[in-house]
Amino acid sequence: MWIDLVILLAKIAVVFAGIMTGAFVLTWAERKQSALMADRIGANRCAILGIKLWGLINSLADALKLIFKEDFLPPKGLRVLHAIAPIFAMFPVFVTFAVLPFGPPLQIAGKEIPLQILTLDIGLLYILAFGGMAVYGVMLAGWASNNKYSLLGGMRGSAQMISYEIIIGLSLIGPVMVFGTLDPGRMVVAQNDLLWGWLPKWGIIVQPLAFLLFLPAAMAETKRAPFDLPEGESEIIGFSLEYSGMRWGMFFLGEFAEIVVLGAVMATVFFGGYQVPYLFSGAEAASLPGFHFPWGGYLPLGEWWIVALRVLSFGFKVLCLMWLQMQIRWTFPRFRYDQLMRVSWREMMPLALANIAVTGIVIMLVSR
Amino acid sequence: MDSSVFDNNLIRFLFLFGAAGGLVAFFVALSAWLGPKSMNETKAEPFETGMIPKTDARRPFPIKYYLVAIVFIVFDVEVAFLYPWAVEFRNLGAAGFISMMIFLVILLVGLFYAVRKRVFEWK
Repeated sequence: MWIDLVILLAKIAVVFAGIMTGAFVLTWAERKQSALMADRIGANRCAILGIKLWGLINSLADALKLIFKEDFLPPKGLRVLHAIAPIFAMFPVFVTFAVLPFGPPLQIAGKEIPLQILTLDIGLLYILAFGGMAVYGVMLAGWASNNKYSLLGGMRGSAQMISYEIIIGLSLIGPVMVFGTLDPGRMVVAQNDLLWGWLPKWGIIVQPLAFLLFLPAAMAETKRAPFDLPEGESEIIGFSLEYSGMRWGMFFLGEFAEIVVLGAVMATVFFGGYQVPYLFSGAEAASLPGFHFPWGGYLPLGEWWIVALRVLSFGFKVLCLMWLQMQIRWTFPRFRYDQLMRVSWREMMPLALANIAVTGIVIMLVSR
Repeated sequence: MDSSVFDNNLIRFLFLFGAAGGLVAFFVALSAWLGPKSMNETKAEPFETGMIPKTDARRPFPIKYYLVAIVFIVFDVEVAFLYPWAVEFRNLGAAGFISMMIFLVILLVGLFYAVRKRVFEWK
């Protein structure tokens, strides 16, 4: 009873700490990586007793500055809506991660502990539901600020986010059809199967087009370049114009946290979650835990090594996908608004529907 | 295995909800308590890059945004229909596949109509 409560709270703490650390490191990585790509030095000024940690102290100083800055409430705006908008930007991101497994179920003293907070049969719908809530943050912030630029940013943001939400929903249908489940846990287990005996059945291998549609749509949901029209700092400043202090920071903390969570969603659905290719636990491979290579090799490993390898593999995949999002953000220029709308509705939407049709035909031909 | 109240997903979700809400409230409170407070008339004006706003910001807006929202609702409902079908796809067989394709084609006609009516052209 009490041990269950402790386990639950520990899992929540691990997940939240992971997301916060990821978001914190990303604020640093954003500056350093952009500096690298633009041939600059990047954050390097702040130091504690001469220790700079490659500019990591700068991120700490930024956070402190935001906390001690005035929390400005525009007296001519709508106070209540203005106050709750940043909550909508940050809260859903932290809740979304709960259905994703960050490691295989642990067996301790005859008890099975799944390494995910919520084991939901409708996990993907849960992700979509809370992902959709983020629109409210942008829309309310733009509406409540009583500022023309904020309103423009909020309107652009909400139209952009709902347009790309459809693509997210449609592109995830393909993997659901292939794996026959909406539960991310079971989806990850299914991805350890091998196609033709040697190719891991990862989402990206059976559904490459779905991944190519999901990645840009997910990036559009984070409202970052090349999809940063709601902010567009060089022209309209955007929905967060009338915010300051930590409530401004919450919009951007939410944005960075969303990069982490999206990396985790993509790792789970398209990159085999915590699975390592050819690695099977004892329960999965006739009590012979370890690597079973398709050319007949067998490398035995202890069960706890397998658990450690799998948790590390999940973290590594999430890191790679976060890096990929950073790289795209600093490589491409901003879209024009008409291009943005055309890409989503007239180009990605028919492709996503065609992907569903083709997936259906292939599955029926294969299973015949 | 003995079952406990924490096997219930709703209870787990309430704890998760509380933890995430607490974290968010902590950030809001931190800034509200520790930041300085000062206000004057100029500061209270909306910041519109130096211009003094003459009217309320919430003015009539292009109808394009409204149209996009309407089309979004239509297709979001479509996505909601697709999910249970996708899970049960293998059990439904060819009949299920064909009926869903007919549904998709009807919606594609709707999308085509919206495209021809220039709903997605922002000039």
